[in-house]
Amino acid sequence: MQNFETVKVDTDLLIIGGGMSACGAVFEAAYWAKKHGLKVTVVDKAAMDRSGAVAMGLSAINQYIGYAEGDNTLEDYVKYVRQDLMGISREDLVYDIARHVDSSVHLFEKWGLPIWKDGDGKYVHEGRWQIMINGESYKVIVAEAAKTALATLGDKGELLERVFVVEPVMDGERVAGAVGFSVRENKFYVFNAKATIAAMGGAVHVFRPRSVGEGLGRAWYPPWNSGSTAYFTIRAGAEMTCQEVRFIPVRFKDGYGPVGAWFLLFKSRATNAMGGEYMVERAGELPDWAPYGTAKPIPANLRNWLGMEDIMAGKGPIYMRTEEAIANIAAQYKDDPKAFKKKMKELESEAWEDFLDMTISQALLWAGMNIAPEERSSEIAACEPYFIGSHSGASGAWVCGPEDVMPAEYKKQWEPIGVYNHMTTVKGLFTCGDGAGASSHKFSSGSHAEGRITAKGAIAFILDNNNLPKMDDAKVAELQKAILAPLARFEEFQGLSSDPNINPNFMKPKMFMFRLQKIMDEYCGGVSTQFTTNEKLLERGAELLGMLKEDSEKLAAEDLHELMRAWENVHRMWIAESHLRHVRFREESRWPGYYYRADFPKMDEKDWKVFVNSVWDPKTGEWTMKKVPVVHLDV
Amino acid sequence: MPSYVILEKCDGCKGQDKTACMYICPNDLMILDKEKMKAWNMEPDMCWECYNCVKICPQQAIDVRAYADFVPMGASVVPLRGSEDIMWTVKFRNGSLKRFKFPIRTTPEGQAVPLAGFETGTEDIKSPLLCTEPASTWAKELPTLKK
Repeated sequence: MQNFETVKVDTDLLIIGGGMSACGAVFEAAYWAKKHGLKVTVVDKAAMDRSGAVAMGLSAINQYIGYAEGDNTLEDYVKYVRQDLMGISREDLVYDIARHVDSSVHLFEKWGLPIWKDGDGKYVHEGRWQIMINGESYKVIVAEAAKTALATLGDKGELLERVFVVEPVMDGERVAGAVGFSVRENKFYVFNAKATIAAMGGAVHVFRPRSVGEGLGRAWYPPWNSGSTAYFTIRAGAEMTCQEVRFIPVRFKDGYGPVGAWFLLFKSRATNAMGGEYMVERAGELPDWAPYGTAKPIPANLRNWLGMEDIMAGKGPIYMRTEEAIANIAAQYKDDPKAFKKKMKELESEAWEDFLDMTISQALLWAGMNIAPEERSSEIAACEPYFIGSHSGASGAWVCGPEDVMPAEYKKQWEPIGVYNHMTTVKGLFTCGDGAGASSHKFSSGSHAEGRITAKGAIAFILDNNNLPKMDDAKVAELQKAILAPLARFEEFQGLSSDPNINPNFMKPKMFMFRLQKIMDEYCGGVSTQFTTNEKLLERGAELLGMLKEDSEKLAAEDLHELMRAWENVHRMWIAESHLRHVRFREESRWPGYYYRADFPKMDEKDWKVFVNSVWDPKTGEWTMKKVPVVHLDV
Repeated sequence: MPSYVILEKCDGCKGQDKTACMYICPNDLMILDKEKMKAWNMEPDMCWECYNCVKICPQQAIDVRAYADFVPMGASVVPLRGSEDIMWTVKFRNGSLKRFKFPIRTTPEGQAVPLAGFETGTEDIKSPLLCTEPASTWAKELPTLKK
């Protein structure tokens, strides 16, 4: 095999990732690191300008409280998240992010992000918590501020792009750093750090997507989010929470373009093929999910569920009634055609910007189908399941909250290892964004704020634990061999077969991914089973996953790009296993519309209004599952 | 698809160590064929159609042909990204055109000032205040829970 140079990097704070939460972490870390003379190393598998889920841009900021101006209160936000997640969230984390999120949004505006303003200079809202932006360059602007802040550290601020971090390295109970490789040159990286922030996003392509040809990559959430954060925290032995709470958005079918502008700006309805409105016709089912089903706003998963029931009853397709919404607007302006024309031009521009800022494929799909929204409806559909703890999902690590807000019941878990905001249950390991669980509805802005919170917590940890953890050279050498093994395997066996992808001695990453997706789709409640599963399906799925896990030792890669794909898919496999174990452990259906346990079809407030947490023990390889009581804040 | 490279226009970024599209693609899909000096998308079914390669290409040598497994043929969406705004030309399958222009930033490129003039309210590493707070929250003090 080709030679690899081993690059050893010693640092104080290691930040892995380059998306919104990582940029928040870099920005905040730079300030405190400079003050205390510490070094910050940032490692990203992409280029920070367009790294992460906001790579394409966004058309709205979905979390803005406006508490200073009395628009909303933090308490109301906590109640909103509690309601949307069917009672289960870490309210201390939600509160903490909410009190910092406006600060991040105000910074974005100063940095150059165009935020829409009304005649009085107030932000224009799309919904109660959502504000409108011209967000094509949202990520570029946020990355620029992070990079400029990092540059103030001089040679103590370091950004490595196109380096893919695979695995944590431990020093006993404390994280000592991480190992990975460059995807562009033969370099193996060994990072030794006093504290590590894992901020590599959520996961896509764990489940089989609806499109499996060229459109495979058109997931709603970006295909490069491969579960690396969850893998990193699980493998370090960190306690995970809400790994069963995947997210399934309902979007314009196939292009997965946003529906917000049509629902909120145009006041459009969604109806089934018969013209029936499932939110009205099935409203009688909502008390089954009380108290959440009977309160407002109706949780996203329950809205999904009522539409899915229509599909299962053969009443599809479900349509966004764009033509009706536009006709209603025309009716309002029936005496003033000129004003109608002006209003429509404005709304048309807003609707297309909604697509072009964040899901350009949807614009292409509408153009390809000659869609004139004033003439005909467009189909909407549930996407496939994603792991995105920053949105309406909740999967991620169980992290320490802020000292002034965190309930004592949670705090006692960190007292023996140190109470540092957003530290996982592993000493020195922090996470945020899609990596931190049970703190949903932070979106892009809240993820940035959470990255800031996390970085300050990590710097506080470093100042109290100011020694470089030990890294066992033999262990690192063993990891290097294992991580580069797919390259060696290809080289060793390729001569046997005329087809580089078909060989009895190895498996390529793409087929490995398809096998994972098939298992998850068919046994763990994917699209093809209408998101429904049961104990026996899960048991069989676990068995098949077990064999896939054995076969992960047979992955082969022809080059560095394929080596990255190999490890991305191992990461996906681990988040899949964790998810399946959580779904299997929770014997109820709490989030129908995300997944449904056919053998436990009801929600069980008495026994299951709890977090499901899990730990994988790096020493024994055993998983432990447990219930953790939900502690509500007094809001 | 997925993005594809228009052979006639691509100059391989004149043989620098990496092309602009290789630099920017969030999914590491773009690669340079050094013999032909042409870039290409090596894994089109992992393309998100984020258009970052299209927007950054100095030669306007990259376009997107919509996913063939669900999009009828004939449409195109072409951006022209400047330093302050972006112009989009949407061509429909039936030939009709729409054009939109949206702002993208209010400050000159490279001029985002990290602390943005907000004062730091505390030097205490254990305080919940972040480095620009409370000023950047616009409130007088950071809220905490009434216990």
